[in-house]
Amino acid sequence: MDFVVEQRSLILEGFWTTLRLTALSGVLSLVIGTVLAVMRVGPIPPLRWVGAVYVTLLRSTPLTLIFVFSTFGLPRLDIRLSFFAFAVVALTAYTSAFVCEAVRSGINSVAPGEIEASRAVGLAFGQTLREVVLPQAFRAVIPPLNNVFIALTKNTSIAVAFSVAEATSILRRLQNQDASATFPLLLTTAAGYLVITLALSFAFSRLERRVAVTR
Amino acid sequence: MSVALYDAPGPRARRRVLIGSVFGALLVAALVALVIQRLEETGQFRSAFWEPFTRSGVQRILLRGLGATLRASAVALVLAIALGLVLAAGRLSERWVVRQASGAVVEFFRALPLVLLIFFAFLGLPELGIEIGAFGALVIGLTLYNGSVLAEIFRAGINAVPRGQREAAYSLGLRKGAVTRLILVPQAVRIMLPTIISQLVVLLKDSALGFIVAYPELLRSGRRIYTNIGNVIPTAIVIAAIYIVINLALSALATFLESRQRGVRRRRAVADVPVEIGVGRLP
Repeated sequence: MDFVVEQRSLILEGFWTTLRLTALSGVLSLVIGTVLAVMRVGPIPPLRWVGAVYVTLLRSTPLTLIFVFSTFGLPRLDIRLSFFAFAVVALTAYTSAFVCEAVRSGINSVAPGEIEASRAVGLAFGQTLREVVLPQAFRAVIPPLNNVFIALTKNTSIAVAFSVAEATSILRRLQNQDASATFPLLLTTAAGYLVITLALSFAFSRLERRVAVTR
Repeated sequence: MSVALYDAPGPRARRRVLIGSVFGALLVAALVALVIQRLEETGQFRSAFWEPFTRSGVQRILLRGLGATLRASAVALVLAIALGLVLAAGRLSERWVVRQASGAVVEFFRALPLVLLIFFAFLGLPELGIEIGAFGALVIGLTLYNGSVLAEIFRAGINAVPRGQREAAYSLGLRKGAVTRLILVPQAVRIMLPTIISQLVVLLKDSALGFIVAYPELLRSGRRIYTNIGNVIPTAIVIAAIYIVINLALSALATFLESRQRGVRRRRAVADVPVEIGVGRLP
């Protein structure tokens, strides 16, 4: 345990990187996922197909393979970024497919009467979506999005094999230095992840209560 | 799509959709062209990168990797189902302590990253003098995580059997064990099957984490190929195609079972209505 206390700044730094990975990929995949969801419910066939193909392919591929693609594959295309940025690319590409499906199910959960009414008062597709559907869809989408972001937080640990110094890599590095501290290190890291996911769930349930409407 | 977000298009809207389609298609084509150009410029299509996949040696590495992936997934699936059954039985127990304890176990394993669970086995168990190797660590990690998820699926499945079934069985004088075995489980299995198969897709994908602990599964075998030949992108594309084909087949099976399930339920719901009225349970 002494070793863990001794190395606490390094461990905290690891979790800080985990948090940055999660936050950055989370925001990006929220934006891209929503755009994809709008493409998938929209009236333009080619965009609908692109959305469907993207989601199908990305959801059927292991995230570790997407990491290989971005971290080892992109440099072969002369795209050179930091390891952190490669990890963000991989996590965003994967997570946005799941965000898309969550948002799409939210859009489908909006009562048909709402949509018919907004069309009846003459709103166009974009207006219907912007003013009527998406605000309500986001309300319905908060619990599934919570699950997606918790999965994202856990998935950042895959970056351990791709040279990003996040919490799990720090665990690996410190365990290499002092094998006798294996269990304290494992348990500390586990506790760290639990704190993040619990805080995330708490924030989401607060958000859900705030935007909840009595229907 | 059940909800029409836009009207049946009139002549003007049809023209706009057409223009949008053309622009959309052009945009997509431009993006694809850009990607292909980039691949071409950096020589990803050169035959030295693709020809190896026609060689039997390389094919054998991939096949052996696929075999290892399937083996780890199959072992983990069987163990996870066993663990899931135990935990689900615990969560449905009549004893408060058992219920709480199983609930805590399920929540704990679901809340941790799978990589960390694998490291618990990979780094932690040797410290206790138990050598399990990469295969064992991967299987243990997959089992703990998927077992917990399956426990929740099983519990939801049992709870999804209409309450009247259980009540009728009890009123016929069956004991709890018999009610579970003869009435609840057979019906629950049918309800759960699509979800279980979807979970199998998750398990199969997660088995690629064997990459991290150097278990020679499909992705790790791919690494052996691309570190030798330097064809990262072609290898990744080939491996992705293998995963996608398997997972889409499994997903299609799940969808088929689900649609068949829905048909059964609809017929049953129709048959149920007169009974409900006869019992006078309608409000």
